[in-house]
Order: sequence, then structure tokens, then C-alpha cells
Amino acid sequence: MREALMAHARDVLTRYPDPNSAMLPLLYLVQEADGWVSPAGLEEVASFLGVAPAVAESVASFYTLLQKRPVGRYVLQVCTNLSCSLLGAEHLLDHLGRKLGIGPGETTPDGLFTLQSVECLAECGQAPVLQVNLDFHSGLTPEKVDALLNALRKEAEQDV
Amino acid sequence: MFEPVLTRGIDRDLTRIENYVAQGGFTALTKAVRELTPQQVVEEVTRSNLRGRGGAGFPAGRKWGFLPQDGRPRYLACNADEGEPGTFKDHLLIDRNPFLLLEGIAIACYAIGAHHAFIYIRGEFLTGARILEASIAAARSRGYLGERILGGDFSLEVTVHRGAGSYECGEETALLESLEGKRGNPRLKPPFPAVAGAYGMPTVINNVETLCCVPSIVERGAAWFAGIGPAGSPGPKLFAVSGLVRRPGNYELPMGTTLRELIFQHAGGLREGRRFKAVLPGGSSSPALVEEHLDTPLDFDSVARAGSMFGSGAVMVLDDSVCMVRAAWRLAEFYRDESCGKCTPCREGTYWITAVLERLEAGGGREEDPALLEHLAGQIGTRTFCPLGDAAIGFLLSSLKYFPEEYAAHLRGETCRREVAS
Ligand SMILES: Cc1cc2nc3c(=O)[nH]c(=O)nc-3n(C[C@H](O)[C@H](O)[C@H](O)COP(=O)(O)O)c2cc1C
Ligand code: SF4
Ligand code: FES
Repeated sequence: MREALMAHARDVLTRYPDPNSAMLPLLYLVQEADGWVSPAGLEEVASFLGVAPAVAESVASFYTLLQKRPVGRYVLQVCTNLSCSLLGAEHLLDHLGRKLGIGPGETTPDGLFTLQSVECLAECGQAPVLQVNLDFHSGLTPEKVDALLNALRKEAEQDV
Repeated sequence: MFEPVLTRGIDRDLTRIENYVAQGGFTALTKAVRELTPQQVVEEVTRSNLRGRGGAGFPAGRKWGFLPQDGRPRYLACNADEGEPGTFKDHLLIDRNPFLLLEGIAIACYAIGAHHAFIYIRGEFLTGARILEASIAAARSRGYLGERILGGDFSLEVTVHRGAGSYECGEETALLESLEGKRGNPRLKPPFPAVAGAYGMPTVINNVETLCCVPSIVERGAAWFAGIGPAGSPGPKLFAVSGLVRRPGNYELPMGTTLRELIFQHAGGLREGRRFKAVLPGGSSSPALVEEHLDTPLDFDSVARAGSMFGSGAVMVLDDSVCMVRAAWRLAEFYRDESCGKCTPCREGTYWITAVLERLEAGGGREEDPALLEHLAGQIGTRTFCPLGDAAIGFLLSSLKYFPEEYAAHLRGETCRREVAS
């Protein structure tokens, strides 16, 4: 485990009766640091917990929020389950895809946006809904989505 | 007159502990640890007939009473996975009434003798997880959690554990596997979690809303709680209404409120010019009900009698613009993708059901497809390792039963090729 993550990783261990419970928290930890769970990240977590890398990989592969490929700076996760679809989520996903020039599962060439279609986000009362890096945006319309994209682009520019 | 219990004061920013305490928060915990024995708390909750709000409706007090008294450590796992499509009630409680949940957890742990609780929260609720962490710290600094709670002998640690995107991890034994750092495959029962749960120790798993009901039972008594709504499944309930109504949202009402009252009064009825078509009364896993069922009271027993499932109390309303085949396809994809793959009927069956619905929807359906769908569903029903299999076929079978003409229309090539609702 790299030095920068060591203190946090040790702290995670204190929260559970069994160190294996730290698996998901540690996979999240490397994902936060690297943007995704890379093979190197898997190995790091596995060696910290004293398990084979294949064990960490098998766990990581089960969970959709752990990104197994590099993703963009902003991960847009659009709910397309029933209550959101009833209120236009499929339209919205198409609209976003056209605006970004990518399909679900893809990342824009500038590395800014990844578009994903996801299942119910437990915010159906304000459908349609999406998350940007796990922040909720609800009651969406194509106009609101355009404004959101602009705001994110501006934020990214200011950071350079 | 029904007074809200779960959402009382929720507009006064109850994420601030002083606001929660100012409206009487933590008096129930204080009463429990100072005046009642753990056994008395279990008895009170048993008498209240509080039934689990996570979907199965198991009586909470009885579940607590199952733990063997054998001196091993025991645990509480709060199920905050809220993955059932259509359900968004726990989300509200976590984000806006976190201390009510923590108070319920503390009382439950006192009752069952647990000194460590885990809140298994779905990974998408990152904000909720942060709110809970901050609330745990605040409650601890005021002596409501941590060592020697309120100066007594009872101590409790609470760990927030984030899931990472998996519907199946809401199933209680898959949740425990996930908590232990593994893939979210369910466990064989027996042994039941009450005997060998988290880390092999006796464990109680309860839903967020179930635990949020506990403080008021301790404070106001089992008789008061049992007097709200029908005797068989009493209490306040958060109904999460979504879909094609004018005012979707969470409504806290007594158990036993009818579908008609909920949809047409509280949620404002249907949109301009639209007609009611069907409703999923308990999330995406519950078979659809139709117009003739609108007077069904929403409680575990009545909804079951009507041929569906009360489930999580998530009410999804469909109007006459909805294509039932397409809706069935969308849900079928969900169950196919979320099937954990452990057992063949579910893993393969959800795949084939989705494929058949997809070709029907695309205009390539075959005459035998409706019967084939029934057959495939029959191969799944009651034959799977965990209840996800049955969940996957509920809506499908009800759509075939109540709306066969829509399948026939797709076969005639009158495919909608539209969105789920137009
Ligand atoms: C596939 C599946 C998903 C489930 N998801 C949840 C969930 O997200 N939240 C929940 O509380 N219960 C969920 N359950 C029900 C749990 O297994 C369990 O019955 C419940 O957490 C017990 O708590 P309760 O008695 O307080 O309702 C799910 C069950 C299945 C089969
Ligand atoms: S029914 Fe079988 S394959 Fe489906 S989720 Fe349950 S255990 Fe996994
Ligand atoms: S269906 Fe989209 S948030 Fe529930």
C-alpha cells in the first residue's frame, strides 16, 4: 500500500472485527486516488489484506460502482429504471449521448465525461434522475442537462 | 387524526442534533437504557406488532427474540441498501432524519445485547453515508453512542459500510457476505443469521424504516403503535409514490391506507387527460394490480390477498400511455443484470426472458412467445436459491395476465417502438 493511503487504510481496519471487511473500503480508497481500480490497485489492496490478487479482482468484478477501466473526470450515471423511464429517462440518455458524442459506457476523448446507464437510484419521486460522481441531480429536462454539462465544463476549465 | 412519526419535524433540519433533541429526540433511548431491561424492550416491540419494512414483513420483536443467549458477541446490521426499484423512503430518512435512525439502532442494540452495529448503505448514497458519519460523531459527543451511553453500562460502536452497486446485496445474507468483503452471493439457510450471521455470530438484520419505528414504540408504548392502521400490520408507513402521478413523492400515512386514497388524494391523481392503467404496489418485484384493486388497503396481508406483494411500500403508477411489454422488458433487463449468477434458473431464466421480450418489442416476436414467457417464468418461480428469482417474474406474469392484448398487438407488428411511456 502506497504511503499516502496507509494511514487511512489502517484506520479502516479498526472499524471491523475482521480485516477482510476492509476489502470494499480499500477498493474505494484506491479508486478515489487513481480514478479507477487498476490491476496495480487491486494488487495493492490484496497484498495489504494478505490475500491473492485474484480474490480482490473477483470481489471488484461483482460491484458496478468499482470502475474496472479508466473513466472520465465526471461519471454521469443516468437512471433508466422504470419510474425514470416513465418520465423520459431514455430520451435523456440519448440526448446526453448526442451532446457528448458518445454512447453509454464510453468516455469522451478529452477524458472529461463518462456516460453510464444505471439502475434505480432510489430517488424516483423526482424522476428522471442522474448522478455526477455520486451527487444527485433530479427532476431533469434536456435543458437542465445542458446547463449541467456547461457548469461541469466550466468547473473543469477553471481547474487547469 | 394521524400524526407523522417518521417524518415529524423533517422540515426543521433534523440533521442538526440540537434540533432533533429539541423535539424530544433521544428520550426513547434514555428511557430504554435507564428504565427498561433489554427483555422489556424486546417484549414491547413484539407487542407493537411492528413488521419489517424491508419487504418481507417479518415481526421485528420476534426476530430479536431468536438470538441464542450463549455469550458470543452479536451484531446488528441495518439494511440501508434500498435497491428495490421504485423505493426511495430510506433515502429520505437517512438524509433528513439520521438521528432517528441512530436512536432506533441504539435501542435495538440495547435490546439484543449488541455492541457493534453496521449500517450497510448502498454505494450511491455517498451523501447519506457522510451525513450518517457526521451524525454518529455528533451523537457520540453527546453521549448517545460510544462508551457507556448516557452514563450507564451499555456501549455501542456504529460502523457505516458502503456497498458498491449491487441490488442483490440488499438480500440479508448477501449483505452479510458483502459486509465481510466478499462477492454479494446469498448464503444457504439454515443456519439463519440469528444463529450465525455476520462473522459467524448471532446477527439481526433490519431495514432503516423498521428501526426508525422503534423509538416511538418505546416512548409511546406498544398499544399506541398497534392501534395505528390494521391490527395485522400496524404502524406509520412511508409510501414512496412514483411514476405518472401529479405529485410523486414520499407520503407518511397509516398502514392500510388504500391505493385509491394514496394515488388520487395524496399524490394528486393522474396527469391531465390520462387514465389509470396499473400500479406496482410494492416496488418492481411486486405483480401489477389494476383498476379493480384500487380499494385494496396497503398492508402486508391485504395486498397479498389481492395477488401482489406489499414489499417495500413503493407504489409505481402507470397510466394509459404506458406500453406494458416495454415496461416488462425494462424490468427484465434489470433482473438479468442484477442476478448474482449463483443459481441456474435465475441466471439463465432472466437472460432468456429478456431476450424474448426484446424480440417482441422489436417486432420480431413469435406466436408462441407469450406462452414461452409463462413457461420460462414457471421454471424460475419458487425454484431459485433466493427470492430474487420470484421478484424477477412478478410484473411479467401480471402483465401477461391483465394485458394479453398488448402482447397480441406486438405480435401483429403493432409495436410501439417508443419509450416506456409516450
Ligand atoms: C433481492 C433482494 C433485495 C433486497 N433489498 C433490500 C433492501 O434494499 N433493503 C431492505 O431493507 N431489505 C431488502 N431485502 C429484504 C432483506 O432480505 C431483509 O428481509 C430485510 O432487510 C429485513 O429487514 P426487516 O425485517 O426490517 O424488513 C431484499 C431482499 C431481496 C431478496
Ligand atoms: S435467485 Fe439465484 S442467481 Fe438469482 S440472485 Fe438469488 S441466488 Fe443469485
Ligand atoms: S427509477 Fe430512477 S431513481 Fe428510481
